[in-house]
Amino acid sequence: MSDTLNTENATLFEQLGGEGAVDVAVDIFYRKVLADHRINRFFDGVDMEKQAAKQKAFLTMAFGGPANYTGKDMRDGHAKLVKMGLDDSHFDAVMENLKATLAELGVAQNLIDQVDALAETTRADVLGK
Amino acid sequence: MTRIKFDDQFFESENDETVLHTLLRNNQQVPYGCKAGACQCCLMRSLENTPSEKSQVGLKDTQQKQNYFLPCICIPENDMTIELPNTGATWLESEVIEKKPLSENVIFLKLKSKEPLAFFAGQFVNLKNEAGVIRSYSIANIPNSTHELEFHIRILPNGQFSRFVADELEIGMLLSVSHAQGSCHYVEGKSEQSLLLVGTGTGLAPLYGIIRDALENHNHIGKIHLFHGSRDASGLYFEDKLREMEKNHSNFHYTPCLSGEVKSRKYTKGRANQIALEKFIKLDRWRVYLCGQPDMVLQTKKMAYMQGASLKEIYTDAFLS
Repeated sequence: MSDTLNTENATLFEQLGGEGAVDVAVDIFYRKVLADHRINRFFDGVDMEKQAAKQKAFLTMAFGGPANYTGKDMRDGHAKLVKMGLDDSHFDAVMENLKATLAELGVAQNLIDQVDALAETTRADVLGK
Repeated sequence: MTRIKFDDQFFESENDETVLHTLLRNNQQVPYGCKAGACQCCLMRSLENTPSEKSQVGLKDTQQKQNYFLPCICIPENDMTIELPNTGATWLESEVIEKKPLSENVIFLKLKSKEPLAFFAGQFVNLKNEAGVIRSYSIANIPNSTHELEFHIRILPNGQFSRFVADELEIGMLLSVSHAQGSCHYVEGKSEQSLLLVGTGTGLAPLYGIIRDALENHNHIGKIHLFHGSRDASGLYFEDKLREMEKNHSNFHYTPCLSGEVKSRKYTKGRANQIALEKFIKLDRWRVYLCGQPDMVLQTKKMAYMQGASLKEIYTDAFLS
């Protein structure tokens, strides 16, 4: 039973289409985030290439792919934004954009739920709780 | 066993380790971040060999062409000589062979380098005078066999270098020129792609080089739309040349824009970047070049991306223009 579960976990990234799928999703996701007035002020004045690269790392993690970021990285990376007022409502908005991106790409609901659950694991670190 | 030459030292790679790992193991101070090829913090350039395709994943094609690579995902197949971006410190001597005003506050400067200087049209170099003042300027012409370089120098009221150019620099005098830098240039192989170029003030200089490179050297057949912005008509200093170019190349379109008062129907009223973005709402698969005022460049880059352009196909060069 646990073997089956591991296999399924290991293949979430593949089921979603691997790195190619992340590349497609990043563009849709990042455009949504930049257009979202609830959260786009947090992205003002940052280097867009670097920001997109970070979004890609985040989506790779949420897609169950190889990720090298630790909880501490997430904490340090968002500390400045927390000072600017980043809270649960903003995290929710990002999650909403993430799910809308996947829906737009025609991803099955059970996979969206898994991505949702993985992304959700970063909430405490991102918000410095 | 492969060897990595960095900062005039040699380091031996151990089995299957990345270039970044070799450097860090030998206590070299180099920037890095994710160690997974995503953040591009550790970007470096290979000086002799073309780096493996895998180590260039995610880089702009202009960077790939200049042999930039990511050391954190590069397991060297051959010996490599590498450097951090923008650290080359060789200066070439060059002589002033032409200087003339293009407008009230823009000077055209032509230099002749004593040695060949490799560059892509649209890149910039640092210029240094005898007093040691250094400023970056975009090259406004295309590579040529006579080693000539053209520049459009904006005269700033308190500009140390530009005032020197305006008041003291004469034909026959020497300036030092650095190697060419920057990834805002034309790339061959996509000659049918539509190009959007937006420049304010002397932001036209690199764009002019890129357009000539596309049309004259690469037979670009896709549409090329240039929007040049200025407050008043005197700042549209290449109007005649560009209208001539428009006559000779049916795929080239020039839109001169004035943000100040417009007295002639020859000009479009408004900011060049806004006019361009309103005219072309969908920029999917376009290649976009933005040069000039930093705020304009940043804002337009964001809008162009949101209107469908890929970040990898937006090339920018921001400066006081």
